[in-house]
Order: sequence, then C-alpha cells, then structure tokens
Amino acid sequence: MTAPMLEVTDLVAAYGAVQALKGVSLHVDRGEIVTLIGANGAGKSTLLMSLCGDPRPRHGRVVLDGQDITAMPTHEIMRLGVAQSPEGRRIFPRMSVMENLLMGAQALGHDPAPVLKRVFKLFPRLEERQAQRGGTLSGGEQQMLAIARALMSKPRLLLLDEPSLGLAPLIVRQICAAIRELNETEGLTVLLVEQNANQALRLAHRGYVLVTGRITMSGRGTELLARPEIRDAYLGGGH
Amino acid sequence: MAYALQQLINGISLGMIYGLIAVGYTMVYGIIGMINFAHGDIFMVGAFVALISILLLIAGGVMDGPAALLLVLAISMAFTALYGWTVERIAYRPLRGSFRLAPLISAIGMSIVLQNFVQLSQGARVKPLEPQLVGGFEVMREGDFVVQLSTMQILIVLTTLVVLAVFTWLVTKTPLGRAMRACEQDRKMAGLLGINTDRTISLTFVIGASLAAVAGTLYLLRYGVIDFYVGFLAGVKAFTAAVLGGIGSLPGAVLGGLLIGLIETFWSAYFSVQYKDVAAFSILALTLIFLPTGLLGRQEVEKV
Repeated sequence: MTAPMLEVTDLVAAYGAVQALKGVSLHVDRGEIVTLIGANGAGKSTLLMSLCGDPRPRHGRVVLDGQDITAMPTHEIMRLGVAQSPEGRRIFPRMSVMENLLMGAQALGHDPAPVLKRVFKLFPRLEERQAQRGGTLSGGEQQMLAIARALMSKPRLLLLDEPSLGLAPLIVRQICAAIRELNETEGLTVLLVEQNANQALRLAHRGYVLVTGRITMSGRGTELLARPEIRDAYLGGGH
Repeated sequence: MAYALQQLINGISLGMIYGLIAVGYTMVYGIIGMINFAHGDIFMVGAFVALISILLLIAGGVMDGPAALLLVLAISMAFTALYGWTVERIAYRPLRGSFRLAPLISAIGMSIVLQNFVQLSQGARVKPLEPQLVGGFEVMREGDFVVQLSTMQILIVLTTLVVLAVFTWLVTKTPLGRAMRACEQDRKMAGLLGINTDRTISLTFVIGASLAAVAGTLYLLRYGVIDFYVGFLAGVKAFTAAVLGGIGSLPGAVLGGLLIGLIETFWSAYFSVQYKDVAAFSILALTLIFLPTGLLGRQEVEKV
C-alpha cells in the first residue's frame, strides 16, 4: 500500500483560548475525494485552515506526500501544491474576475493561459464576467470563482470549504459535477468540508464526521449515508 | 491675476512633494492598516543622503548636468529604501498580530530614533546647499510683476509625474502590484494563494521609502536647507494630505498633496505666512467633518 497523500495525526488547533480541534487524525489517499461533515462550529473550517498553517497547529502532525508541513509557513505549503477555496469564499472584492484568477496562479510561476482555458471551460460564466469586479458577483458566481482560483495553481490537493453554502440546488449540482470530473479525468485529490451531508457523502469516496473538534465516525460515503445516526443528525431528520 | 498664477505654480510644485510623501503613508495604511509615523523621517533621511551624495560629487568635481542629478536621485532612493525596509523589519514586523496600538507606538519610537541618529551623525545645525539649478522662464508680465517658472519647478513637476507614472504602472499592471493589492484586500487569502505576504509588505515599505527619497531630494534642491527635524512638519503635512485625499487611496494621496500645497501657498500669499499651517489643518478638519472618508476614500461597504 502506498503512503497517503495527506496524513493528519492528532491535530490540535485553537483560536485564542477556544480549542477548535481536540486531536483529529485522518488521511486522504491520492486520487480520492474525502469529505468531512459536521455541524456548524464543529471545527471543519479550522481544520482546513490549520492544514495550511493558519492557525498553526498547537500539537500533532500534518504530512503531505511524506513531507512534514506542520511548521511550514502558509505560502510555502500552498506552493507545494495545496489549494484552498476557503470559508466565506474570500474573493478579492476590488479586483476583476480575471485578476482574481491570475492571483491563483501567480505564486506558482507557471503559464496561466492553459489553466485559464480549462477553468473557463468548467465555469463558462466566469469567462463572461472576466472584467467584472469580484465584489459585484452573485454568491454563486463568487463560489465558482473561489474554486476556479484554487484550481489555477494546478494543485495536487484541493481543499474545499462548503462549496454548496447558500447556493441554488442547480448550481450545487454543477459544482459537484465539476469536482467529480476533475477527480476522474485528472486524478485531483479533494478534501471537501460540508454541512450538506447528503450531497457530500454521495460525491465522496470516504467520509469523516467531526463533532466539536473530534472525529466520531468514518467510513465509505455510501456506508455513512446508510447509518441511522447520520440520517438523524445531518440529513434533516429533525430539522 | 499674474500674482495668482505665480502662486498656482508655487503651490503645485510644493504640493507634488507632499503628494510623493503622502503616497507612502497611504500605501502602508492600505496594506497593514497602520500610520507609519516614521515616514516623515524617512523623507528626511532621503534629503540627507541626497545632500551627502551631492557634496561628494562636488568634491569629486563631477556634480554637473542632469546625469549627476539622476545619479543623486538613484543613490538617495537606494539608501532610503534600505532604511524603509529596515524600519519595517525591526520595528513593525515583530509586532504583527499584536494589538493595534503597538506598531503605532513603535512607529513614533522609530521616528525619534531616526531623528536622533541623524542629529548625532550629521550634527544638529541647519545644512545649507547652494542652488544647483538656477534660471527659469518668464511666463508672463503684468506691470512690474513677472511670473516665473523656474527650472527647479519644472524639474519637480516632471520628476514627480514620471515617478508617479512608473509607480501607477507597477501597482496596476505588474504581478508585484497585484500581490500588493491582494494583501491590501485580504492578506490571509493572499497567503492561501502562496503569496509571501511578509515579503510583499517589505516591498511596500521599500517603494514608499523610495518615493519619499525622491521627495527629499527635490525638497533639498528646491529649498537648499535641511536639518534633522525637517521630516516632522513635512511628514505631518503629507499625512494630512493622505487623509484629506482619503487614506488608502493612491490618487487621493496625490490630490491631497496638491491641495495642501495650494492651500498653504495661497494662504501665505494673501493672508499671513505665520498661519499657513493652521489653514491647511483647518481645511482637513472641515473635510473630515463633512466627508469622513476623505475626498477619494472608499466607504466600507462590501457585498457579502
């Protein structure tokens, strides 16, 4: 068996005095889509951010392709081929769509033109809007832009934070299809954080459940979907 | 009429110097949200480096013609940029992530350090420099009054326009400028895209200090006297200009600089020289009452 692409061991991270992650271990294999589901405030976004060194983990280890990146500065981690579409999308509001996309490729130093072409094929809407300022896009367009910007760096590991948040079901399906296509045709490895457990578990090969900073369950996506406690807690049984 | 035209010429050339310094304040504010109180003293250092290099060139017998002036400008920019970089590195970067007031206090400290350093190393007395550029044109004549446009004023305006054009190109068209704007709009996200944000911030200080060095060199050539304290008032004026134009806005800084220069000059010409600073600062106070974000400042509304 080959070593996993991303291996997280006993990760502890905190914002100030609030301990958001209390010893999380998980792994993502090459070519896998793995999802992390959990309620609001479970620590999902903190996990994705602390994988990128911001906040820096207080304890535990993050290993990417055999290289320990736990103490590495954020920009160096990203240059190793990690990309994130973060919580809240974080589009540069006073830059055009095109400039936002170019920012995605800039630090990596490759020619952005071919990647740009591919990204526009995936999200034709962004090509139409390329001269518009990021801050004036609709929520759905901003989400596409955040994912597209992450793809511009040609990552080997893509971290997606709630790509379905606040979007119309049709757009969510489009985005899921895009993720699946990238995974199947290019072998892109994806770690996907979601509150929308149904969609995420259908898309992913494997899933983890995060509850107040701890992993409580893990398994194949379809397996987790079938579990009654998951149905009750995350698939809208009670709400 | 002729008198007013002369004041306009004087005001614009003074305002351009303020504008160059103001750009440094506004850039640093944009990217790390602090007022760099040491920036006026960086301008003073720029003037001193220019003075020293001019004196060395004169001693070497090569202070002659535009090439020598360009050389002086280049030397001043290089050394002053190094000072700007160092100030950020030792006084502000270690305080990043600290409470908001900490770098401000540190900046006031750096301002005092730079003043005292120059006072000790160069002496406290006023340093004169004989005019390097004389002559000019007669623009118009009205009775006995002659409107003069001096070579020095032409040099100030041309140099400033060229420097600002290069600077604008840098910020709007180059990857470095894009990285700077990205850090200004969302520093955390810039880091997530692999941008070395510390390095980008350092470069912002380097560029701001180079512009201040240009201003310092022009100031020295125009007025011919400097001392270690010259950065204080110029710094306060330029800061006022940046706030008047809308802090964080680059065109605003230049516009604010021009306005402060004009207000000061016209006030001195028609009312009293003693109260010229009061005039400039009163206009600032009035603007802020009616336009709290300055003339070209941005209201902080963003779509979520």
